[in-house]
Amino acid sequence: MSAVDAPVAGTRRWSTRLLRSELWLIFGRRRNWAGLAVLAAVPTLIAVAVKISPPGGGGGGPNFFASITSNGLFVALAALTVELPLFLPLAVAAIAADTIAGEANLGTLRYQLTVPVGRTRMLGVKYAAIVIFAVAATLLVAAVGAGLGLALFGGGPVTLLSGLQVPFASGLLRLLGVCAYIACGLAALGAVGLFVSTLTEQPIGGTVAIVIVNVASFVLDTIPQLGWLHPYLLTHHWLDYGDLLRDPVEWSGIRQGALVAAAYALIFCSAAWARFTTRDVSS
Amino acid sequence: MTAVSESGAASESGAASESSQPAASQTAPGPGHPAGSWAVESTRLTKRFHRQVAVDSVDLAVPCGSIYGFLGPNGSGKTTTIRLLLGLIRPTAGTHRLLGQPMPAAAARVLPRVGALVDGPAFHPYLSGRANLLRLDAGDRAADPRTAHRRVDEALDRVGLLTAATKRYRAYSLGMRQRLALAATLLAPRELLILDEPTNGLDPQGTREVRALIKRLAAEGATVLLSTHLLSEVEQLCTHVGVMHLGRLVAQAPLAELRAGAVPRAHVDTDRPAAAAEVLRGLGLTDVRTHDAAATGVLGSVAPEKVVAELVHRGVAVRGFTVAAPELEELFVSLTGEGFDVSG
Repeated sequence: MSAVDAPVAGTRRWSTRLLRSELWLIFGRRRNWAGLAVLAAVPTLIAVAVKISPPGGGGGGPNFFASITSNGLFVALAALTVELPLFLPLAVAAIAADTIAGEANLGTLRYQLTVPVGRTRMLGVKYAAIVIFAVAATLLVAAVGAGLGLALFGGGPVTLLSGLQVPFASGLLRLLGVCAYIACGLAALGAVGLFVSTLTEQPIGGTVAIVIVNVASFVLDTIPQLGWLHPYLLTHHWLDYGDLLRDPVEWSGIRQGALVAAAYALIFCSAAWARFTTRDVSS
Repeated sequence: MTAVSESGAASESGAASESSQPAASQTAPGPGHPAGSWAVESTRLTKRFHRQVAVDSVDLAVPCGSIYGFLGPNGSGKTTTIRLLLGLIRPTAGTHRLLGQPMPAAAARVLPRVGALVDGPAFHPYLSGRANLLRLDAGDRAADPRTAHRRVDEALDRVGLLTAATKRYRAYSLGMRQRLALAATLLAPRELLILDEPTNGLDPQGTREVRALIKRLAAEGATVLLSTHLLSEVEQLCTHVGVMHLGRLVAQAPLAELRAGAVPRAHVDTDRPAAAAEVLRGLGLTDVRTHDAAATGVLGSVAPEKVVAELVHRGVAVRGFTVAAPELEELFVSLTGEGFDVSG
């Protein structure tokens, strides 16, 4: 029965099967739906609240609330601004911590490794899944915000932070740019998470650790005496996405932010690799 | 009373087995063996955790085509050895080969041909049994994705889980979980199966089915390394046996050879054990012991009928007389120097 159609042992197929399986594990899980629903609830709340009682000011980073009534796209930007310090990092932290630690905790890690899924390959696939989740979570917040905002407040030309008006399509493009930039920062946090996940067998502990890294980075960024440290902090440039909404676009902060994110991703992915490929799997 | 004399005997022969330890490595692979005749072959495989030596210079030699019973008390290092064999943990010292290939260097080539059940089942609780198997198959680069669904269902069918395929793993009983772990080892044709206590948690019917399945797989040509603490399992299934004790492989031999080495004892049921023992000694039986209502001794070259005749002649009432080689259990107790308790 089996000998005839036996695959040639050692055949290497390049396939996205494992990545798809990984994504299904993330997006097919009810817990994660609940998390995404919370992320989507924020733009909903903002849109409804602003519709009911138009706002004054408030919040760190660029203030988009005031612009919402003029253009629905700003619901998306306001929601991203509100969620960036905690909600989005928390979501990414939960997913990232679960990658290796979750499998170790269930014991499925040993079975994955004996399939065999090579350890380097496993890390690559897991990190790809984290990045995809980070992008999806950001886009979800933006899409719900933009959709509801446009429905409640209408669209039309977008007034940028520098006062200039650009066509709606250009505004939408800039919103996508903001999403991409935010996703970069979250992907860097995801690399930290991947590393943390290789250190523990407790996904919850890993999540807490990653959130602490994120919050600590924000806190350190507020202490002026540590000014020398600020450019190296993971979150220092996170709120610079507002620069994409100026004309001309102010690239220096964005470029710095992207560089810091890339450096964090590289360093922590390497650390995760060094740790995971030499670790005893005894769970 | 019986228990006391038994444990006394056990500690005696336990001490004896210490000195006879070199015999254990008799069948270990030497330089003269051609590569490839062993499905599993390890040389002085050692794993130390901090100060504790979990696996101590183990020379495993599992011949191709055998069903190798890997026996030992709980905590004797069986599972750690299996983790070492599969490359899940790194040895402190020593090397090993699977299917003739060096591990862990050739892991990507060898492991697709190896099915493993390690340390009990482990799956994603919120996925169905089928989805869990598909996920494992997705990681196997040697597997053909086009046949994945068919192979998964065949594997589920072989372990009798097809009707529960769409149930979430969370809802599975321990026996069903064990079956699912077994199904995972059958997703592709395997040349070697490493099964760590495969009948753990199964009901008697399930145990019988799994044992039959193992026999069938072996008949199809697979080598099976079966870790267990159930002696009956070894007696029913295995062609070869290795015994672990305190991290060391204290014996390794074909089961028949191990049995042949066991000397038959005469067992006399009588109301006068002391008198019977005297007769036995007089006839030249060795290692004569008395029990509550029985006397036993190693028969040696003395004919059994002569023993009975002599007993009757001396007026010792014989209520029963048997000649038997010691049960496998006694053999292992003598090798591990204790009952099947947890090793410290």
